[in-house]
Amino acid sequence: MLRIEGLTAEVEGKPILNGVDLEVPSGEVHAIMGPNGSGKSTLSYVLAGREGYVVTGGSATFNGVDILAIEPEERAAAGLFLAFQYPVELPGVGNATFLRTALNAQRRAKGESELDAMQFLKLARERMKALSMPEDMLKRGVNVGFSGGEKKRNEILQMAMLKPALAILDETDSGLDIDALKIVSDGVNAMRGPDFSALVITHYQRLLDYIVPDRVHVLISGRIVRSGGPELAQELEAQGYAAVQAAA
Amino acid sequence: MTAPVATGAAGFLARYEGLKDHLPGARKPWLNQLRADAAVHFAARGFPTRRVEQWKYTDLAPVAQASFAEPLTMVEGAIALPVPNAENRAVFVDGRFRPDLSTLDGLAFRVGGLAQGLADAEPWLGALAKPGTEPLAALNTMLFEDGLFLDLPEGVDGGLLELVSIAVDPGRPFAFHPRHLFRLGAGAKLTLIETATGRGHCLHNPVFEIDVAENATLTHGRMLQEEATVFHLSTIYATVAAGGTYDNFTVAAGPRLTRNEIHAALTGPKAACHMNGAQMASDGQHVDTTTALDHAAPDCASRQTYKTVLAGRSRGVFQGKIHVHRVAQRTDGYQMNQALLLSDEAEIDSKPQLEIYADDVKCSHGATVGALDADSLFYLRTRGIPESQAKAMLVEAFLHEAVETVTDDTLRTALTRALDNWWARQEASA
Repeated sequence: MLRIEGLTAEVEGKPILNGVDLEVPSGEVHAIMGPNGSGKSTLSYVLAGREGYVVTGGSATFNGVDILAIEPEERAAAGLFLAFQYPVELPGVGNATFLRTALNAQRRAKGESELDAMQFLKLARERMKALSMPEDMLKRGVNVGFSGGEKKRNEILQMAMLKPALAILDETDSGLDIDALKIVSDGVNAMRGPDFSALVITHYQRLLDYIVPDRVHVLISGRIVRSGGPELAQELEAQGYAAVQAAA
Repeated sequence: MTAPVATGAAGFLARYEGLKDHLPGARKPWLNQLRADAAVHFAARGFPTRRVEQWKYTDLAPVAQASFAEPLTMVEGAIALPVPNAENRAVFVDGRFRPDLSTLDGLAFRVGGLAQGLADAEPWLGALAKPGTEPLAALNTMLFEDGLFLDLPEGVDGGLLELVSIAVDPGRPFAFHPRHLFRLGAGAKLTLIETATGRGHCLHNPVFEIDVAENATLTHGRMLQEEATVFHLSTIYATVAAGGTYDNFTVAAGPRLTRNEIHAALTGPKAACHMNGAQMASDGQHVDTTTALDHAAPDCASRQTYKTVLAGRSRGVFQGKIHVHRVAQRTDGYQMNQALLLSDEAEIDSKPQLEIYADDVKCSHGATVGALDADSLFYLRTRGIPESQAKAMLVEAFLHEAVETVTDDTLRTALTRALDNWWARQEASA
């Protein structure tokens, strides 16, 4: 369970999060919606531990672990995964090497045995097939020359390989056509189960037609101003954030 | 015998005076003349100072002020050799050919020590490294004892050959100045993998004269990996005739000071030259790559990609000059140098220099300097990869990109290993 209490954070001295309270129980998928500049991406970066995102108050724990106190790689080993809105291109780092290094680093951190090249390839091929990814994407540099959709699918592939307990999907739907959106959503839905939870950050309701959330939260000016069931997303789509903000 | 007292240029000149009747080839008038001319030149100019344009960023004062003696005695017996990269290897200890450590049997071309081959070297020795050019080449001409003499006849494919240079610490400052002569006849082909290792307070000052005839190809990989007490100053002169290719790839990682200076001339149509490399330095080290490329014929192509990684308080230099002569129409030249600074105290000086006198020319150059990308590092860490490993992956990626251009598998593997070794040592000392 992810528990965020009174979380405040600033970037370059500017307060962005102004007291976020949020609980995502194990096995549930929650959506965070909000207008541009409301702090959605900041929340995801603060949880993942990005430099320059300074926590000024409050707390965030995952399964009882104070995640704000540990390094990004330790958060990953604790089960946290961030799917980036803008995945980074890494020229010269092969996608296969990257995936295997990440997987084995996490296995090592958990005291599990590392996968050899053959075991890794078998697993990777299986997961890629499920995501309709061509196999040559393993040979290419990480995200180098990938289309927007391929980059997002690569994020989901990483998630499928690393099997996090909590995935934060930061605007994973942006830049996706409807087919890619469906593939990505299927990838996320396949992970769902009692030991998996997700925080789906999105601007539009569209994604939530495919990944149906248990709860929807509205983030405005760095605070959760409203929470509700999946129907809240439809209400937002129909009435816009301004109406919700006025009502809050 | 007492240790010489004079330092720097005067010390070397004094030793030349003392040794000149005993140096290899001392009974050959042409060689005596060559050495004498070099001595006059070196006496007039001495070690270059930072007032000399090409030496603005690299200070030779530590070399000029030291008192290096020649290695007086021949190192005998077994020596620990680096892991072989090829079946055939020529081994030099303190700049002297060691046939007993070399394996050169059954080769279809001449290969061996220059000291033993001087009788045949007259037309080639000093033809490219003229005594009046660089002071370090003059110093080399004045005092060289030995070197690798390679002569591939027309059409011979020499395969893979290794040149190993080892400096053995005699416990006091010493210098050696090997002179390497490579000649490839028309259509000949060779891949040469060079490894320089060694320890002690030492100056290794090799000069290469490389003559690549029509349609011949020399691939020359170099790994300069001496320890951080060694000064490595190498000067390469290469000339490439029509349709020929000279490929140089240099990894410089180890010595206290490395100067990798290459002068290449493309003298016939459709000649090509690729000069690539990676140079790395950590605390207290200095690496310098200086290239001068002469496009002296039409339809020639040149490619240069150099990568520099600097850690701690270290300094890197890249100077690259491309001279396109009036006749060199349809020249295709490309030069890129990229530096990665791993510390705030590291410094890189980068100076591309294009002189173009022909009008139908495609010539481009670029330079980048940066630190490790914070976004890339964060991305890797969010996937559970520890910070030090993530850094290593990014540094490796930066360096390996330079090696990708190397087509020979054996050479590429050797170069990649040299790059990774540097990083591993770097990590271990951090």
